[in-house]
Amino acid sequence: MIEVENLGKSFGEVAAVQDVSFKAGTGRITGLLGPNGAGKSTTLRILYTVLRPDRGRALVDGIDVVRDPLGARRRIGVLTHSAGSYRQLTARENIRFFGRLHGMGGPTLERRIDELVSKLEMAPFADRRTAGFSQGQKIKVALARALVHSPAIVLLDEPTNGLDVMATRALRELIRELRAEGHCVLFSSHVMQEVAALCDEVVIIDRGRVAASGTPAALQDRFGGTSLEETFVQVLGDQEGLA
Amino acid sequence: MIRTLLTVLGKEFMETVRDRRSLLSSLVLTPLFGPLLFAGGLSLSMNRAITSLDDAIPLAVAGADHAPNLVHFLRQRGFTLTLQDADDAGLRAWIAEDVERVVLVVPEAFGTQLAAGEPARLQLYADASNSRAERYARRTEQALQEWSSILASLRLQARGISPLVVQPLVVDQVDLSTPTTRSTLVLGMLSYLIVLATLLGGMYLAIDATAGERERGSLESLLTLPVPRAHLIYGKVLASALFMTIALVLVIITSSQAITYIPLEEIGMSANFGPAIALGVFVSMLPFTLLGAALLTVVASFTRSYKEAQTWLGAVLVVPTLPILVAGLLDVKAAPGLMLIPSMSQHLLIQGLLRGEPLSAAFLAVSGLSTLTLGVLLTLLAGWLYQRERILG
Repeated sequence: MIEVENLGKSFGEVAAVQDVSFKAGTGRITGLLGPNGAGKSTTLRILYTVLRPDRGRALVDGIDVVRDPLGARRRIGVLTHSAGSYRQLTARENIRFFGRLHGMGGPTLERRIDELVSKLEMAPFADRRTAGFSQGQKIKVALARALVHSPAIVLLDEPTNGLDVMATRALRELIRELRAEGHCVLFSSHVMQEVAALCDEVVIIDRGRVAASGTPAALQDRFGGTSLEETFVQVLGDQEGLA
Repeated sequence: MIRTLLTVLGKEFMETVRDRRSLLSSLVLTPLFGPLLFAGGLSLSMNRAITSLDDAIPLAVAGADHAPNLVHFLRQRGFTLTLQDADDAGLRAWIAEDVERVVLVVPEAFGTQLAAGEPARLQLYADASNSRAERYARRTEQALQEWSSILASLRLQARGISPLVVQPLVVDQVDLSTPTTRSTLVLGMLSYLIVLATLLGGMYLAIDATAGERERGSLESLLTLPVPRAHLIYGKVLASALFMTIALVLVIITSSQAITYIPLEEIGMSANFGPAIALGVFVSMLPFTLLGAALLTVVASFTRSYKEAQTWLGAVLVVPTLPILVAGLLDVKAAPGLMLIPSMSQHLLIQGLLRGEPLSAAFLAVSGLSTLTLGVLLTLLAGWLYQRERILG
């Protein structure tokens, strides 16, 4: 469960996030949808505690991310925007390193790594060094290390960026599985089809504010669009911020 | 905290060990080849100096017929003579052809002047800008002076006067320098090499663990883990210090071996770099690895990219070597106050050890404690720097 209330964050003169509030429920997939530079990434970065908000508050499972960042980090698994891995370590070693820093170890950790390797179909390259991995393989390594501690909440920053059709489909399948297992999944995207295909809940962000939110169907009803894409354009339509 | 430190340390260690290129530059190039190049260059220049002492000096003599006794004397003194008659312009052209040539010109009037007891004039042609020609000319002049004083003595004796009359002063030099103290000058460069190789040993890891991690996009994921950021960076500093320690061990081993190939004995010096001295050098230097690793990590934290970090760290490497340069130029002697200055104190301790002096426990303690204190402070600073949002770049 994620609760975000009146979040604001500026970098010097630039107000990246002005007023963002939303909730993302357990066992649901929530999508942060918006054009480039709308404030999606900044919102996520505040949630995973690498940035501190200027205003408002953000809670993960009731834990304030500013007051108890370590507690919040224990409950979240994060796929960051540029999900680089350690090139000289194998995929398995990359995952193991993250697991150890989560306080895991021994046979428990090894079992969990095996589980993730088979779940993400990483067996063919799990014991190879990650230097030279394809984008799809890199994302899998990054996902596996984000999920190694079985977090209740999963945050994904534009996870399908740079993936081909097959890899994108596989990733969507995985996100659905995470929902089925009861995780709270929050991901950002600027691709409407993706959000429409996956999300139970959509939060449309534009210029640092929430422009609209609700289920895809409810949004379509409210704005009278025939598809989510049309709705998206209508929500943002009269503004020039569409990049 | 210990667990986090060890996990990060192990990961950084593994990554660097597997990266052949950074391993080559941090552990092989400087620690291994540095002392070898040092010893090689030194023994080459020494061999040259030693052999040139016994070398026959090539000398051309123009107008040899006018001074047969002088020519005979020069041959006895080991000069290789070429008899070559030419006028002034011809000689200049001849020397221009080969700048190492030195020509002694005996004018026609030489014999008559000598017989008349007047100062007899000689001319020595040489290009003093060429170091070899300059040395030949100096040696020739020394030989001529010798011949001149022999003549003077003979003339005085012929007039019934003791030659001692014109020698009112005799200076005897008593050289108190032992072979070991003399070699310290030469070996002073060695402590510089040891400090530099130690720092270079951890430089790549310091860059890779900070600027490199940011550039590859793995830093942000790392910061989402439930461990304090400072602990992550402490682990990285320790990993860099570990690599500096490995480089230190290597450079000490190669230095102690390389020194035996320098022909120090032939110029009356001796080197003292046995296992006990090597251990002393290691103990003196060990606290410096933490300071070096923390310093490089702090500087690398400010940089945006791998390339920028390399540029900055290259410049920063000069900082710890400055006190050594100052100490070498001013010929500073070890003193308790100086032991407070990191790198200067290590330099002085190593110098003392190489000179064969006993290691002062008090000096070692002051040096170690002050260096460690500064190292810990810089490590804490690195941890603090990683609390800032700007660290994400």
